[in-house]
Amino acid sequence: MATYSTNEFKGGLKIMLDGDPYTIVENEFVKPGKGQAFNRVKVRNLKTGRTIEKTFKSGESVEAADVIDITLQYLYTDGEYWHFMDQESFEQYQADETAVRDAIKWIKEQDVCSVTLWNGSPLTVEAPNFVTLEITDTDPGLKGDTSGGGGKPATLETGAVVRVPLFVQIGEVIKVDTRKGEYVSRAKED
Amino acid sequence: MSWQPAASQQMLRKRAGLLARVRDYFRREEVLEVETPIMSRYGNPDPAINSFRTDSDQHPEQYLHTSPEFPMKRLLASRSGSIYQICKVFREEETGRYHNPEFTMLEWYRIGFDHYQLMDDVEAMIIELLPNLMAFERHTFQTLFKNHVGLDPLEATLEELSAKAESLGVVLPEQVERDWLLDVLFDLSVGDWLKQSGGVFVYNYPASMASLAQISPQDSRVAERFELYIDGIELANGFHELQDAAEQKTRFEKDLASREAQGMDQPPIDQDFLDALAVGLPDCSGVALGLDRLLMLQTGAEHIKEVIAFPG
Repeated sequence: MATYSTNEFKGGLKIMLDGDPYTIVENEFVKPGKGQAFNRVKVRNLKTGRTIEKTFKSGESVEAADVIDITLQYLYTDGEYWHFMDQESFEQYQADETAVRDAIKWIKEQDVCSVTLWNGSPLTVEAPNFVTLEITDTDPGLKGDTSGGGGKPATLETGAVVRVPLFVQIGEVIKVDTRKGEYVSRAKED
Repeated sequence: MSWQPAASQQMLRKRAGLLARVRDYFRREEVLEVETPIMSRYGNPDPAINSFRTDSDQHPEQYLHTSPEFPMKRLLASRSGSIYQICKVFREEETGRYHNPEFTMLEWYRIGFDHYQLMDDVEAMIIELLPNLMAFERHTFQTLFKNHVGLDPLEATLEELSAKAESLGVVLPEQVERDWLLDVLFDLSVGDWLKQSGGVFVYNYPASMASLAQISPQDSRVAERFELYIDGIELANGFHELQDAAEQKTRFEKDLASREAQGMDQPPIDQDFLDALAVGLPDCSGVALGLDRLLMLQTGAEHIKEVIAFPG
């Protein structure tokens, strides 16, 4: 079992706490003049995304979390699992609904995603920052309005709903910023 | 360019100015400036402090001092009267925003003062140097701990302290020590309040955290020790000094046992210091103050590196 001493603590280090993998967000070393030192750390739970504060006695060891980030291509879903492939080794991974929760409304087959693996299994899947998706449903809007002001909801081929300018119509392909969930521009089809 | 100083020219002038004003204060107060050895055959047995060691053919196994306390008390025992010293001290520990392994300490002793009078003295000097500060608050460790943690630090059981710590996200080590829990709970619960409270003296620490302070004759559960926090920064630590040589020896032995249990080295006990105590230390109080941190407070520096020409 790999461990880290508190002396090795720094932002980004992955550790195990109460059975869950965490990443260290902030590490503060506290040394009272007349007392034993301790580390006050902010850690983010990699499963839930929640950030909490923990305090360790300095010099103690903590179990390391076997967590790595890799790039995988999304293949398909069988309804229960979402299947991904390493484009170099062709190794395949299956992610459950929890892992793809935040990404699923943005990605379609063949998209390349950043995936965090914990003990070799996908823990979280991140959608690419920008995706291009076709609009499957939106109100026709006002003809001739090209100002981009106002806006209306549009449903995309993956099921996501974003606000688009009034002039954008069903069947058009648009570029979306997945981090904000916002329309960026019309996209030209390849 | 790593050869260049980390501190600005302006900061170095402010450092020189601070040193001059501190010396001026003690000149007016008729406290004598002294120097004691930086290098010693003896180390500091305090389990919370690690000494640097030096080695040479003629003088194997010497320690760099972590504070000038022991030799200064030998001067006091030899009837020096009130004394002060400004010196570099060395502590082998992590570096950080408020820590550099080599730092400048101001340490002074006042004959005939108890720790309350010494708090007055510390406050008078610091208000002179940091005139923007309001008068300092004074609270016992017990009062602050009770108000912010919700437990009595002098009466709570180890189980109660541990449970409270765990509820605040503390990962308990295998060996849970009461003093460590008290320190951590104090920092987690009182720390934020201290940051907003300017100058605060915390005094009458639990007897287990006495270090080199006398146990209070009024309440044997507490030691006559104080700490000064300014804006949450631990700036100074003072004692109504322990005079009892036998008790001092017992505390040293307890410290060494604690070091051994933690697999730490065993520095030799300063027998000259114990001999001086046996002859008689006059009733006095003493305090150590981190001058680099005081300069940080004076200048608003964010990191100790900004106030030291060549930080380690």
